[in-house]
Amino acid sequence: MKPAPKPTPETQPFWDGTAAGELRIQRCQTCARHYFYPRPSCPHCGGDQVEWVRASGRATLYSYVINHRPAPGFEDDAPYAIAVVELEEGVRMMSNIVGVPSTPENLPLDMELRVVFEQRGDVHVPLFEPAGGRG
Amino acid sequence: MTVVIAGAAETDALGRLPGHSTMQLHLEAARNALADASMTKDDIDGIATVGTPGPIQIAHALGITPAWLDGTGVGGSSFLFHVRHAAAAIRAGLCRTVLITHGESGRSRVGAGRYGMGPDSLLGQFELPYGGVGPPTSFTITALRYMKETGLTHEQLAEVAVAQRRWARLNPRALYRDLITVDDVLASRMVAYPFHLLECCLVTDGGGALIVTSEELSRRPPVYLLGSGESAESPIISQMEDFTTSKAFRLSGEAAFAEAKIGHDDVDHLMVYDAFAHVPIYGLEDLGFVGRGEAGAFIAEGHTSPGGRLPLNTNGGGLSYTHTGMYGMFAIQESVRQLRGEAAAQVPGAEVGVVLGNGGMFASAATLILANRLP
Repeated sequence: MKPAPKPTPETQPFWDGTAAGELRIQRCQTCARHYFYPRPSCPHCGGDQVEWVRASGRATLYSYVINHRPAPGFEDDAPYAIAVVELEEGVRMMSNIVGVPSTPENLPLDMELRVVFEQRGDVHVPLFEPAGGRG
Repeated sequence: MTVVIAGAAETDALGRLPGHSTMQLHLEAARNALADASMTKDDIDGIATVGTPGPIQIAHALGITPAWLDGTGVGGSSFLFHVRHAAAAIRAGLCRTVLITHGESGRSRVGAGRYGMGPDSLLGQFELPYGGVGPPTSFTITALRYMKETGLTHEQLAEVAVAQRRWARLNPRALYRDLITVDDVLASRMVAYPFHLLECCLVTDGGGALIVTSEELSRRPPVYLLGSGESAESPIISQMEDFTTSKAFRLSGEAAFAEAKIGHDDVDHLMVYDAFAHVPIYGLEDLGFVGRGEAGAFIAEGHTSPGGRLPLNTNGGGLSYTHTGMYGMFAIQESVRQLRGEAAAQVPGAEVGVVLGNGGMFASAATLILANRLP
């Protein structure tokens, strides 16, 4: 079985968002910058007046590896792309690229992506597929 | 006060040691380092080591009652941090002579700590759900971005492993000693594209220990600590600021060079933690030995190989010598051997060495500048 994240109080709004089909990240009301991963104070200016906002779900491919030795639960997916994507709002997160065969030719850096969600136990994890739809 | 490394030794053997627990590896390394320093456990009043078993247990097992402890555990770089912290403690008068130990049953996992982070940890929530298998899929994830931005080729990445094997061939203690070619590397099994098996470090059992003290208390020709630096960046690789350069590498290197008051041309010998083939490339650039995007060609042209102008990872490194999981101790050990003139692949006349240690996946870093003479 693929690993499922277990939310903590400071990350719960993120996982509530994914369950609702939304990618929610935090924005500092003082310096107006977004940040990720969820935490109660802004890493840019140190402010604690922060809010949750809905990200557009649009992203680009920042970097990745294609894993040939699958983790438990991923046996049927190998080889698969473990990627770091950059959201339109400027923050980055790890994810998988789905909807396209995992080959270097199909995965040029900076390609445009959009978020999709996959259920894992009680939570939904954000994955990304090519913005043009499934290949 | 001048702080020195007065004793340094590894375990008798490295590699696959199912008959040695983690604890035994620590203690064997500690005893070897004490013998190397012509000291006994009663000379030691400070102790430093990481995580499991930790400084309390190591001190107790050896019969040492410490007046100073450091349990800094920030990954494979921790032992460089320990040297730096020990130097500060000795200068401050908190203790006189510090024993730093490393032992890790990385391959056989005998008496070892448990791997893994819970599903509610930062890693468990935001990285592990995507099917990573530890360092081979996380440490490596920066490389394609580096390759795109700098033009580093797959062949140049492979050259890192080829160059280090040339050093390992000269070292009877290295686990892998047969020369390899770029074609061999690129034909080896794909682990996590763009990394092939021969671009990934070994997983071994072993240990090492150091004794840090003041020059006055050293009983053998000392290795001087000229400068050091430490820093940290992100606990998870996805949040590293720029995938083409390590902030912790840069900051720790800048601090060490500033304290040592030496230039890059003064350096005879360099050790850069090499869990994977791209890490020495980042190290060469982030420490300022070459410009951005130049390290791949620099290595491919042979400048870091035997006979080259900047000998790099002269024991064979984590790629060919040994890698227990926290390799930093072995990088320091090799630098000490070079500066004592005792290395298997000795760099003629080496007087100044630089050691860069990585912790986690570019998460922490420390740099030591060592020399066998004062400038």
